[in-house]
Amino acid sequence: MTTVNITVNGQQYSHEVEPRLLLVHYLRDVLGMTGTHVGCDTSQCGACTVHIDGVAVKSCTVLAVQADGSRITTIEGLATDGQLHPLQEGFWEKHGLQCGFCTPGMIMSAADLLKRNPNPSEEEIRLGLEGNICRCTGYHNIVRAVQYAAEKMKVNA
Amino acid sequence: MATQMIGASIKRVEDPRFITGKGLYTDDIQLPGMTYAVFVRSPHAHAKINSLNISAAKAMPGVTAIYTGEDMKKAGIGGPICGWSLPGLKLPAHPPMAVDRVRYVGEPIAVVLASDPYTAQDAAEAVEVDYDPLPAVADPKQAHGGPTIHDEAPDNIAFDWSIGDQAKTDAAFASAHKTVRLDLVNNRLIPNALEPRAAIARVEPTGDITLWLTSQNPHIHRLLMAAFMLNIPEQKFRVIAPDVGGGFGSKIFVYAEEVVMVWAAMQSKRPVKWTSTRRESYIADAHGRDHVTEAEMAFDADGHITGLRVKTWAGMGAYLSTFATAVPTYLYGTLLSGQYPIPAIYCNTLGVFTNTVMVDAYRGAGRPEATYVVERLVDLGAYELGLDPAEIRRRNLIPPDQFPFQTQVALQYDSGNYAATLDKALEKLGYGDLRAEQEAARQQGRYIGIGFSTAIEACGLAPSAVVGSLGAGAGQWESALVRVHPTGKISVQTGSHSHGQGHETTFAQIVADGLGVPLEDVLIQHGDTAQSPFGYGTYGSRSAAVGGSAIAVSVKKLQDKIKRIAAHLLEAAPEDIDYAEGKATVRGAPERFKTFGEVALQAYLAHNYPTDIEPGLEATTFFDPTNFTFPYCVHIAVVEVDGGTGQVEVKRYIAVDDVGNIINPMIVAGQIHGGVAQGIGQALYESAVYDENGQLVTGSMMDYAVPKARYIPMIETDQTITPAPQNPLGVKGVGEIGAIASPAAIANAVVDALKHLGVTHIDMPITVQKVYAAIHADA
Repeated sequence: MTTVNITVNGQQYSHEVEPRLLLVHYLRDVLGMTGTHVGCDTSQCGACTVHIDGVAVKSCTVLAVQADGSRITTIEGLATDGQLHPLQEGFWEKHGLQCGFCTPGMIMSAADLLKRNPNPSEEEIRLGLEGNICRCTGYHNIVRAVQYAAEKMKVNA
Repeated sequence: MATQMIGASIKRVEDPRFITGKGLYTDDIQLPGMTYAVFVRSPHAHAKINSLNISAAKAMPGVTAIYTGEDMKKAGIGGPICGWSLPGLKLPAHPPMAVDRVRYVGEPIAVVLASDPYTAQDAAEAVEVDYDPLPAVADPKQAHGGPTIHDEAPDNIAFDWSIGDQAKTDAAFASAHKTVRLDLVNNRLIPNALEPRAAIARVEPTGDITLWLTSQNPHIHRLLMAAFMLNIPEQKFRVIAPDVGGGFGSKIFVYAEEVVMVWAAMQSKRPVKWTSTRRESYIADAHGRDHVTEAEMAFDADGHITGLRVKTWAGMGAYLSTFATAVPTYLYGTLLSGQYPIPAIYCNTLGVFTNTVMVDAYRGAGRPEATYVVERLVDLGAYELGLDPAEIRRRNLIPPDQFPFQTQVALQYDSGNYAATLDKALEKLGYGDLRAEQEAARQQGRYIGIGFSTAIEACGLAPSAVVGSLGAGAGQWESALVRVHPTGKISVQTGSHSHGQGHETTFAQIVADGLGVPLEDVLIQHGDTAQSPFGYGTYGSRSAAVGGSAIAVSVKKLQDKIKRIAAHLLEAAPEDIDYAEGKATVRGAPERFKTFGEVALQAYLAHNYPTDIEPGLEATTFFDPTNFTFPYCVHIAVVEVDGGTGQVEVKRYIAVDDVGNIINPMIVAGQIHGGVAQGIGQALYESAVYDENGQLVTGSMMDYAVPKARYIPMIETDQTITPAPQNPLGVKGVGEIGAIASPAAIANAVVDALKHLGVTHIDMPITVQKVYAAIHADA
């Protein structure tokens, strides 16, 4: 067992973990933060996407011990002071989700995309979400949701 | 005037929990003392089990129990059953876990329980199984007469089913001006709901059992498991389907793992949890489609369709899943008339056992297969007759004055104006200009194709007497309990289930309109057998048409009761009371009224109350439709094929759908988008490939191409509306039409792009390799 110190959504945690424990299982099973989902086992679907030190990462592909000392943001920590993140708002406004299972990872990936490229074209959004699979929406309204958020963040900036 | 809710794009009530990570899916649930299950599965497609050694696994620290197929056999536990009978159907036993023989890769053999999931996985890998491999077959046509999979069906034929008039059809072909023939494959698909299946079972202190399950129909799961597999009193068995992350059919069925979880919880006296990995779901979830078909269409000199003859080998997998037998028969053969008055049709389907995981309903279920056969043949006929594909369809569409229309394959279509929908789609496309553009591009060596799909489906499953007469072991009505509380707040129990469809919003819209209350006063609840009356769940685009109608009828009953209570309070006759916008008013005296809240409170106080009616204000309805509903559409795909590489790009996709009245246009469009995307996936990318040994080659998300964002275009949606005459909401259903229509539209577009090169057909998925080979066939 190894000790890890990880800050998740601003709160510091310290746990003894098996070296093979995946970060996504640490978040879900040890911390009980079940907003981050597991949709595959080959790092294709992106449902497990979180931010590690500000960068979108698939948490099924990282060991908890590798995240030792890092700051992690999950979907639960994206809204600030009770205010939805513009992407959360966009997904709601534009019907960017149906079953909701891909949504946390999709939003976390899109947040990273908008940080790197605040004004993406439709094609750039589609390419930027290459690592996330949605089986319900056909992506149409996900693209719209990201466009909505980009617009909103421009106004707020 | 209160805002009209039905017809408005209300933002979804359920979304706040999903966008903040607070959805509660089965795998999110942790129970005290819970153990974790991992299955030992067959690596062989067909083999004899010589021995099973669990001693090393059992000795591992943290392992709490291991159960085998033999243990369950001794306990008399049954396995999954098939719920739809056909004449002459062979029904081999389907053990929950294999005992002495395995028949597909992934068949469960034993289950390991441990205190944490990683330990359970280690122990499962330590279970030793000795096999003698047997010859295997995965292709449905090759399986016909191939290595025997069940002794009950030596030639592997589970059923031999026909519909239509063979002699009349043969005569139509004999006298035809022109006939066309296609041998085609409807490619096998893996549903890929993004949430993998999961189950948690717990024995409560009372001895009752609770099962949390990724289910589209918790009551069906409870009924089948209680009555046919586990022999548990139904009232002591509670099935909860919490938030469910997509289903597309794959979560309808009762699976072996679910039966095993309940039994394991009863044996081990601890809660047990199983969550499928994705790779596991690829070998253990029911797949879809898997048809090999020979089809012919006959035409007269004017391009009218005069006959259709179809023979299909439908892969069933190694055992018959819950609704497997209905899919390539009553959901397929009955749809072969399309939108056309085809005077002679004959279809013969052979259901064939194969050494693969089970095949059952996947979004569209039989109807995409039928649409693909009909629409590909119509296009081929147009090509052979030198007719424009839009024109041949126009000549053949059922005219609007022919409804209700009786087809030659059992169905009576409800309503429609098919030509109007075609006109609207052509206008939206700008068809004339596009054909000119196609020609100009061809001159420059660019291959643009325009593909049509004029599709119809039978959904809103279903009139119970009809499905009963066709072999279903179930009714297909739906329940709704609308309960007004003393404060005037409302909760609704529906027997249908949302796993992405947005029932919490659309069903609340129905109630809010009907009772004239704010949307936020209405709570829609579903998915818990301990809460709601028996219901048949969600599939077959039935939720709005059947479940929504049940709610609408309950609302009507409440309106009537409200009028009677208000009449008493206002000292008027009930027939003189109007109820609208939350007020019961004496007709002609607008100052004399009682509000909904006042009536609700009085219904529970009953201090000043009519003596001839019961207190309380709630209504339960079991709505059984009189017919299926028949949504229809015209979808048009525009593709560009790169002649150098074979790459197909979908440039535009137009979807003009007639799904009857629309409750929430935003949600309806979303259903179309998703359905079309799955159909584009089938047409261009997806295929479950088994090799000659029955190994699933496309066994992970790395190998099976679920479309990503850049492979799907924006979908240009529009609609015509012909209300369904047979339900109070006039809705037809929208969940499947996108997936039903789109494969044929895409395939027709690709062939249209290449027809000047002599290409007449490419099987799905239309991959770059196949397109390249078709283009360079002469080289």
